[in-house]
Amino acid sequence: MTKASDLASSYELVVIGGGPAGLAAAALAARAGLSTVLFDENPGVGGQIYRAITSSPVKDRAVLGEDYWTGAELAVEAKASGALIVTGATVWSLDPTRLVGISIAGQARLIQADRVIVATGSLERPFPIPGWTLPGVMSAGGAQTALKAQGLVPSGRTVLAGGGPLLWLLAAQILRAGGKLDAILDTTPRVNWLRALAHLPDFVLSPYFSKGLKLLREVRAKVRVIRTDRVEAVGDDRLREVVFGTGDGERRMPADLLLLHQGVVPNVNLAIAAGVTHAWNERQLCFEPVLDGDFTSSVPGIAIAGDGAGIAGGTAAAERGRIAAIAAVRALKPAASAPDVQIIRQKLRREEMGRAFLDWLNRPADSFRQPTGDTIVCRCEEVTARQVRDTADMGCEGPNQMKAFLRCGMGPCQGRLCGLTVTELIAAQRGTTPVEVGYYRLRPPVKPITLAELASLPIAEAERKAVER
Amino acid sequence: MFKRLAEAGASVAITVDGKQVAARAGDTVAAALIAAGIAHCRTTPVSGAPRAPYCLMGVCFECLVTIDGVGSRQGCLVPVRDGMAVETQTGKREAGR
Amino acid sequence: MAASDYDVAVVGGGLVGVATAWGLAREGCRVVVLDEGDRAVRASRGNFALVWVQSKGLGLPEYAGWTIRSSNAWGGFAQTLKEETGLDVSFQRPGGFHLALSDRELEARANILKRLHNQPGIVDYKTEIMDHAQVARMLPDIGPEVVGGSFCPIDGHVNSLRLFRTLHTAIKARGVTYLPSHRVEKITKEGGEFRLATEHGEIRAGKVALAAGNANMRLAPMVGLEAPMRPERGQIVVTERLRPFLNHPVVTLRQTDEGTVMIGDSKEESVDPAGLTIGVSATEAERAVRQFPLLSNVNVVRTWSAIRVMTQDGFPIYDESETHPGAFTVCCHSGVTLAANHALTVAPMIARGALDISLVAPFSARRFHVQAAG
Repeated sequence: MTKASDLASSYELVVIGGGPAGLAAAALAARAGLSTVLFDENPGVGGQIYRAITSSPVKDRAVLGEDYWTGAELAVEAKASGALIVTGATVWSLDPTRLVGISIAGQARLIQADRVIVATGSLERPFPIPGWTLPGVMSAGGAQTALKAQGLVPSGRTVLAGGGPLLWLLAAQILRAGGKLDAILDTTPRVNWLRALAHLPDFVLSPYFSKGLKLLREVRAKVRVIRTDRVEAVGDDRLREVVFGTGDGERRMPADLLLLHQGVVPNVNLAIAAGVTHAWNERQLCFEPVLDGDFTSSVPGIAIAGDGAGIAGGTAAAERGRIAAIAAVRALKPAASAPDVQIIRQKLRREEMGRAFLDWLNRPADSFRQPTGDTIVCRCEEVTARQVRDTADMGCEGPNQMKAFLRCGMGPCQGRLCGLTVTELIAAQRGTTPVEVGYYRLRPPVKPITLAELASLPIAEAERKAVER
Repeated sequence: MFKRLAEAGASVAITVDGKQVAARAGDTVAAALIAAGIAHCRTTPVSGAPRAPYCLMGVCFECLVTIDGVGSRQGCLVPVRDGMAVETQTGKREAGR
Repeated sequence: MAASDYDVAVVGGGLVGVATAWGLAREGCRVVVLDEGDRAVRASRGNFALVWVQSKGLGLPEYAGWTIRSSNAWGGFAQTLKEETGLDVSFQRPGGFHLALSDRELEARANILKRLHNQPGIVDYKTEIMDHAQVARMLPDIGPEVVGGSFCPIDGHVNSLRLFRTLHTAIKARGVTYLPSHRVEKITKEGGEFRLATEHGEIRAGKVALAAGNANMRLAPMVGLEAPMRPERGQIVVTERLRPFLNHPVVTLRQTDEGTVMIGDSKEESVDPAGLTIGVSATEAERAVRQFPLLSNVNVVRTWSAIRVMTQDGFPIYDESETHPGAFTVCCHSGVTLAANHALTVAPMIARGALDISLVAPFSARRFHVQAAG
C-alpha cells in the first residue's frame, strides 16, 4: 500500500481516476517516459464500468458480459507501464497551478503536477422522486457495483425504474446471475423517438445497435416492462411499495428494493473547483467542460478525459484518455515515441457515432428531473422541491443564492445529487434556461478531509500572518 | 434484499453495533451492511430520517458510518478488515469520535 | 415626487440593503431593491455571523456605542422577524471569547482592550481577560495550548444565512420590489427624482440609499457622496454537523444552530472571490485543532472565501448628500451586528428624509478629509 508520505513532491503527469480513461492515459504516458501517478479513491481500479475488474468474485464471464472483461486488459497495461497506481487515494483539491490535494488513509499531501488528466468519469443523474431517500431505494449503479465487486444479487421483491442503456444492462446481468426482477418501470417518454429518429442511421452502423437490441430482447423475455410517467417510493422506515401511474390510473406494487436510473452525467465537481469552464449540453441535459480536440480544458495543463468530458461510454473513454495522454507527452517530452493520434481519433469517432440517437431516445422526462411538492431535492440537507421553487419565486435567480437561502448543496455530497435538479428547477420556475442559471460555485475540499489533515499541510509565513492576530 | 453468489470470497469477521457480521474478502463496509440485511446505516443530522447506502460509488454520502471509532466515514470506500468495528450513526456526529 | 415608481430605491440586496429596505417598508415607503445576480461578490453569503461587540471602537469610541445599540436591539429585531416570517434566525447572546494560543497573543489582546478602554467617551462593555482555568470553566473542551482569552458578556451570534433569507422573505411579504440582475450603472437626479440606469431599464425613485458594499465606492460619487473602501478577502472553513459542544462563540470559531462549526478567518489583500489559498485554510484548521483538539477527526465539508466590505478606516459610513438631497450611503463592514440598527434606526431616518446627527454624525465620510488635512 502506497502511503501519502511515499509520494514524490511532484510528477510530470497526475491522472485522477482509474476508470478506462485514467488507466489508458496513465499506461500510454508512463510507457512514453513521463513520471506518472494515478489516484483512485476506490479499493481497486476499473472505475464504475470495470468496477473490481481485478478482484470480482463473479467468475461466470457471461453474467457481466464480455464488454466488462475487456477492462482487464486496461488494468494489466496500466500496471505494466510503470505508472504508480495508488488506490484508496482521494483527490480533494485541484487548483489552476495544478497543485493536487490528496488524502490517503487519513494523511493529506499536496502534489505538484506538470500536467493533470482528470478522469473522474460520470455519476448517475439525480432521480428525485417522492420517497427516493428511503432505505430500500438505491441507484441502479449501486446495485451493479454490488454485483461486480461483491457478487451481490437482489433477492427480494425488486423493481427497476427509469431508462437508459445501463438500466437494461443491469437488468440482464441480474437475470443472468440468477436474480429475479418483479418489474421494470420504463419512464422514457415515447415522444423521444421523434427527436431520436433522425439519428437512427448512425446508430444502426454503430457497435451499440446489435448489442442493444439483443439486450432488450433478453430482458423483455423474462421481465414485465411497464411504461409509466410517475413513480413514487412509499414506506415508513424503509421502502414498502412502489406506486406508479399507468394509462388507466395508479398501481401499487409491494417491494423490498427499488433501483433507480435515468442515465449518467459528467462528474464535474473537481473540474469546476479547478476553475475549468463548463457549458450546458442541451441534448444530454447536463454541464460538461469546454475542451479542445486533445481534451485540454480552459485551464492550461489540465485535460479532462472519459465520461467527465461528456458522456460517451467506456470504450470511447479509453480512447479519449489516450488522446489526452499523447498531448501531455508531446508537451513534456516531444522526442518520446507515442502512438499515432489520428488512428485513435478515428476509433473514437466510431465509438461516438451512435451517441446522438441514444441521448435523444433516453432523454429523461421533465417531470423526473424537475420535481414538485415535498419531494426531496437535496438529500443531505433535506431541501424540498417546493422550497426551491418558492425561493425562486421570491427572486432568487441562481444556485449560489439558493444555497445561501436553503442550504441545498451544502452537505457532504456537495451538490452531486442535487446540483442539476436545483439548476433546472430555478430555470423552470423563472422561465429561463440552465445556461442562464448556472451551477454551484465549488471549492476545495471537493471531498471531505479531516480538520487535522487540513492542519497538517504546509503553511507559508504570509499565510500564517493572514490568520494570526 | 441481496444474496451472495456462490463464488464470494473468504469470510472476514467484523462487528456492527457490537454484533458479529460475516463479511467477505472484497467487501466494502457498505456492501457488507447490505449483504447482512441491515436496513439502515444512519439517521440524518437534519430530520433524523433513516438512510441506507444509495450509490455505492463514493458520491452520495448516505453510507456514512463510524469505523473503528472514527465517525462519518464513507462505508462504500473502505474495505472490510478482520476485527473491524462498525457502528451505525444517529443524527449529528459527536465531536471527538 | 408622486410620479416616481418608488419612494426609495435601495441599491444592494445584501444584508445591509435588505435590512434597510425592510425598515423603510415598515415606515410605509414604497421600496425597490436593485441587486446584482447569482454570481455577485456578496459578503452576506460569506460572513462569520457574529453579533459582536468586544474590541469594536478603537480609534472611534462612538462606534462602540453604535455597536452596543444594535446588539441591544437585536433580540427584539429577531423576534419581530420571526413574527413576520415564521423563520427563527437563532440569535443568541451568551457572551463570546477571543482565545490566545501564546502569552504573546494574550498580551497583545490585553493591550488592545486597554487602549480601547482608555479612550475618552468609551462605553464600558465589561470585557475581561481570563487565564486558561477561567476560560476552561466556560469552554471545557479547550486544549492545553490555550493560555487564556478575553470574554465579553454581550457578544453573540446568529444564523446569518437564515437572516439573509428571512429578510428577503420579510421584504417580499411587505411588498418591497426585489429586482435581481439589476446592477446600477448610473444614477442621476432630474426633476426632483433619482433615475437609476440598469441593463434592464431605468428605475425612478424619490430617494436612493446606497447599500452596495464595496461598490459604494463607484456609486457614491454619482450623487455627490463618497465611500472610500479597501476590500479584503477572508476565508472560512466549515465542518460537518456535530452535536452541540460549544456554548459560546469564539471570534474565530463558532458552532451554528445547525451543528456545523465555522472556522475563520483571514485577512488577505487578494480581492479575487473565486480564489482560495490552501495554506490559509490550513492555518485556520491548525489553530482550531489547537484550540479544540476534539475537532481533529471532524470532517471539513466546505471552505469559502468572500470579500469583506471594508471602509478605509474600518468604521461605518452613513451620509446624506448635500448636492443631491435624498441620496444616502449605508455602508459598513459589520452587516450582521449592525442589521438591527440599519432596520430600526437608519431606515426610519431615511424615510423621514434626514439623518439624525446626534446618532450618526461621527460616521460621515467627511472624517476622511479631516484626517487628510490633519
